[in-house]
Amino acid sequence: MNSLMIEAISVQNWTYILVGLTFALYIGIAIWSRASSTKEFYVAGTGVSPLANGMATAADWMSAASFISMAGIISFAGYDGAVYLMGWTGGYVLLALLLAPYLRKFGKFTVPDFIGDRYYSQTARIVAVVCALLVSFTYVAGQMRGVGIVFSRFLEVDINTGVIIGMLIVLFYAVLGGMKGITYTQVAQYCVLIFAFMVPAIFISIQMTGNPIPQLGFGSELGDGSGTYLLDKLDGLSKELGFAEYTEGSKSMIDVFAITLALMVGTAGLPHVIVRFFTVKRVRDARKSAGIALLLIVILYSTAPAVAVFARTNLIETVSDKPYAEVPQWFKKWETTELVVFTDKNADGNIQYLAGDAFIKGENGKFDFSKPNPDSKNELYVDRDIMVLANPEIARLPNWVIALVAAGGLAAALSTAAGLLLVISSAVSHDLIKKVYKPNISEKGELIAARLSAVGAVCVAGYFGINPPGFVAAVVALAFGLAAASFFPAIILGIFYKRMNKEGAVAGMIVGIVAMLLYMIKYKLGWFDETLPDKSEWWFGISPEGFGTVAMILNFIVAILVMKFTKAPPKDVQDIVDNIRIPSGAGEASHH
Amino acid sequence: MNKTDKAKQYWKANIKYVLILLAIWFLVSYGAGILFKNELNTIKIGGFKLGFWFAQQGSMYVFVILIFVYVRLMNKLDKKYGYDE
Repeated sequence: MNSLMIEAISVQNWTYILVGLTFALYIGIAIWSRASSTKEFYVAGTGVSPLANGMATAADWMSAASFISMAGIISFAGYDGAVYLMGWTGGYVLLALLLAPYLRKFGKFTVPDFIGDRYYSQTARIVAVVCALLVSFTYVAGQMRGVGIVFSRFLEVDINTGVIIGMLIVLFYAVLGGMKGITYTQVAQYCVLIFAFMVPAIFISIQMTGNPIPQLGFGSELGDGSGTYLLDKLDGLSKELGFAEYTEGSKSMIDVFAITLALMVGTAGLPHVIVRFFTVKRVRDARKSAGIALLLIVILYSTAPAVAVFARTNLIETVSDKPYAEVPQWFKKWETTELVVFTDKNADGNIQYLAGDAFIKGENGKFDFSKPNPDSKNELYVDRDIMVLANPEIARLPNWVIALVAAGGLAAALSTAAGLLLVISSAVSHDLIKKVYKPNISEKGELIAARLSAVGAVCVAGYFGINPPGFVAAVVALAFGLAAASFFPAIILGIFYKRMNKEGAVAGMIVGIVAMLLYMIKYKLGWFDETLPDKSEWWFGISPEGFGTVAMILNFIVAILVMKFTKAPPKDVQDIVDNIRIPSGAGEASHH
Repeated sequence: MNKTDKAKQYWKANIKYVLILLAIWFLVSYGAGILFKNELNTIKIGGFKLGFWFAQQGSMYVFVILIFVYVRLMNKLDKKYGYDE
């Protein structure tokens, strides 16, 4: 009787129930943990435990892109998908070993705070604020769009309505709770999103290989008793259909290397990640919470490639050379939202799913589904997001699991958006108003300014979510390159090279970020030429995504050269460096 | 031992740990997962080609271990130099 009742509830209603419950939870936490001082607003009063901070960091880190798109990207990229897996996790090793402990000991509120004080210069501070805003805004616009998309797909509301609902929720808990509210909602959001990601993955792993651990499942033999390994089968299928062999990939080695490094270093340089390590009590807690954060992230990241393999195999087996008239229900459902589009080029009634673009791209760079591409025999367009979104349906999992994926996707998008908004609001209220324009502003005044800038940031982010400029999607992926090219060298040199001075750091940051922007505009956006330049023109064969590595190296070289010809930093700054290298006393250091 | 010498020695030991751990970090990801992946792919463990496994699984597990090893080493070092709290 009971299970019958559970089955009778539709996906739609389950989604309303689960999303409603999780939202009520987030709002409840926000009311309970509202901030009453700037210290609470910016860094949660520096009293967060390493475990809570690790969970919050993991939720902050894993965005809608990690949750919804990553497994899909990997399933189409095969081996090449490793750039995201290694790139977005390896950065935490750099954070834990090279950045987090020292920045925590330094004990201020923001990344521009560190740059401004360590390089004893308002110019350095302002350059850092501009970089922080540039990185965070490009990133947050994508998150708000992600919230809208998840809403529209699962609750069948308009994308814009979805963005507005998301804005209101984030507004409520970010403005009220500041970092304190965000931290504890992120803890809850981590639990929701990891549960939502793992449940379908485990079910599908059991279905396909009989192994309940997805990480082992995708290296196991198929459950059908054929004795074939799943990966061998997928390699074979991919080759048959003209794709690159799944475990080999198609990017050049140097590009894989450069992209991985740019993503790792970019991760370590992202202000919304770094600032999380300002919230713990002691230096040793900063190290430990970096480890916990990475462990919690790797649970999802090591499952994603397994999901990618399961979904890819399932997809090929379900559609390849099958009659269109007999496709399963989920195919029809996602067809209505154009996440899968079929065109019967040879009119045989069967789906030919092969390598190559099924449709021709329109002016905006998106596929025009009214124009089949005559140069390819491929008849099927598949949006990569479908790999996670439709996975539970493809595997015929119960309705509540499908709804859970919606709640998880929303948790991932909201938690990241909130973390970014806080960086934006503190960059404005703390780094610009308090430190540059109005140093004598009262504590209360600064707190009001912080809340108002959070409201402003949500509105701007919402605007970009509703009216995404064509280049946002392209730029989000490059936020990492920008962070790698600007912050990472300045912070590393600031800690490990006592002689580094303001002239060197400022010159390095400017050269790094300008080089990255120019390369991106030329080779990613194509604004300098009539048409986007071809891959063959890339420097050293490095894609715009990987160019952050080159720009970072340029930053290091310029910074060190300029430093050699200018005078050493003053004694008190060198003392700051000595001081941050010693872990004890982080409590006192946080008085600003 | 005066205060500055102590700080210097502590810093030297820290840098040594960091360099060793980062060398491993580089070897598992850029080494096993990228530069030598083709050679390692000739070895198979279960259904996994080894280079592919390092790129999509192994390197991430090693990253987690590296951080916790560093946490342990540094907690010990802090204690030795009286910087713990």
